[in-house]
Amino acid sequence: MHSVLSNLNSRMTVFDTPKRVAYSFFEWFGELGVFCARLLRSAVAPPYEGRELLRQMDEVGTKSLPLVAAAGAATGAVIALQTHASLARFGATSLIPAVIFHSLLEESGPIITGLMVAGRVGAAIGAELGSMKVTEQIDAMEASAVDPFKYLVATRVVACVLMMPLLTLSADLCGVLTGWLMTSLTDPVSLTLFVDSGLRHADFNDFLPPTFKTLVFGLIIGVIACFQGMRTRGGATGVGKAATGSVVLSSLFLVVADVLLVKIILALFP
Amino acid sequence: MPREGTAVEVKQLRKSFGAQRVLSGINLKVAYGETLTVLGRSGTGKSVLLKLIVGLQTPDSGSVTIDGQDIAGLSPRDLNEVRKAIGFLFQHAALYDSLSVEDNVGFPLQRHTSMSASERKERVAQLLRQVGMEEHGRKMPAQISGGMQKRVALARALALEPRILLFDEPTTGLDPITASGIDELILQVQKRQGNASIVVTHDLHSARTISDRLILVLEGQAVAEGSYDELKQSQDEFVSRFMAQAA
Ligand SMILES: Nc1ncnc2c1ncn2[C@@H]1O[C@H](COP(=O)(O)OP(=O)(O)O)[C@@H](O)[C@H]1O
Ligand SMILES: [Mg+2]
Repeated sequence: MHSVLSNLNSRMTVFDTPKRVAYSFFEWFGELGVFCARLLRSAVAPPYEGRELLRQMDEVGTKSLPLVAAAGAATGAVIALQTHASLARFGATSLIPAVIFHSLLEESGPIITGLMVAGRVGAAIGAELGSMKVTEQIDAMEASAVDPFKYLVATRVVACVLMMPLLTLSADLCGVLTGWLMTSLTDPVSLTLFVDSGLRHADFNDFLPPTFKTLVFGLIIGVIACFQGMRTRGGATGVGKAATGSVVLSSLFLVVADVLLVKIILALFP
Repeated sequence: MPREGTAVEVKQLRKSFGAQRVLSGINLKVAYGETLTVLGRSGTGKSVLLKLIVGLQTPDSGSVTIDGQDIAGLSPRDLNEVRKAIGFLFQHAALYDSLSVEDNVGFPLQRHTSMSASERKERVAQLLRQVGMEEHGRKMPAQISGGMQKRVALARALALEPRILLFDEPTTGLDPITASGIDELILQVQKRQGNASIVVTHDLHSARTISDRLILVLEGQAVAEGSYDELKQSQDEFVSRFMAQAA
């Protein structure tokens, strides 16, 4: 826990007193609040940075696609192997497609995608903004009358939010395909039949809320990564800390948020 | 277009970082058509002073007035209007490293003018020619030397023909020939546009060439002010020691 806390405040060391640790903990949340308020103010006021947003969507979305697809495919395969092993024991292999669909689309797909994006995009944004900060590029932008919160931060956050559900769907799709492949190795079945039996007992309420919750994951990743990047100080070491901090903290907040979101979704869509 | 009167006025400006006091009540004034050089040892807060003037940092007390407006009271929108009239050269260039040299210089033009792409290209080429970097437009900042980055940053600072110029060590890290070329350029721009300029420098040769007036900063305050020759003849021990480095 202490290493997590020290990521919250890069100026802390192992030798700090608990009082100082607690102090920087609250300081971090306070600064995050101020950051979010400024972000909101800059993001809602026109004019909007359409071109830069598209560039970031490409950066976040297109460039994460191979990674996310591979992770989804691996997850689908593992789920298929696992469910086959346990369901065969009860002679319930006909349920395999349904189990794969449910566990992939409702939980594994979103969380795996979230963690992958937190790793790749979180580190990239943290390091990029961090190095811009320590080399005064952010100051230079502000001095030339361009709001860095609008141009750099808002575009990255919105790109993360918009791309997360799409990336999740791609991961789901790849997972279903490898799940089907793995299942077919032992019991050959056509893809149509597989999908059919997978979705037989499901409706949209099973799959839509878990996919949309990844909007929140995207928000967490974008905000934490930009925040860590923009508060970087202390040269190259600081940039490294910003990148690490943004991955560690966004992954942590992501899994915590997932618990809450699962609870909320189960309550709203029983 | 040249304006008249005081462009920038700094009154009793104080700034500390934690326990470290950097500026302790500095005053200065620059009029249009005038170049003020700020001298002082490294770490005396000269770069901080320039950042306070454009509002990148906020002072602990004191005021910065630009064209008669106290910048502390401005809305973000109005502050940006003021900033568009200011060309700022950062000490370490601060080029955007994801953009090519051309795009760095074109950035303010693209953001703040209605120029077409071809007009912009033309203007960027002209700016790069002024600083002798016309052959390097396609390169990325990481591919050129520190001195070249500085010259590109100077071109970027001049892009919008700002009426106020803040230059943080424009000739540091340049060879003597390029440095005097930059001095020449600063004089030319000054003559053409009637700017108010504040130049931070350690280069006394350059200071002598470009400045109308100089101030010497020590421990966060301006301890001496005057023309180059006046400072040169000063009886004050610190001032004469500082000025003695120049031949
Ligand atoms: N953002 C900052 N945070 C903390 N200290 C700073 C900051 N900016 C400058 N300083 C400190 O202020 C002092 C003056 O810095 P600076 O203005 O860069 O000096 P110089 O006169 O060489 O340009 C230095 O000691 C520097 O460490
Ligand atoms: Mg400096």
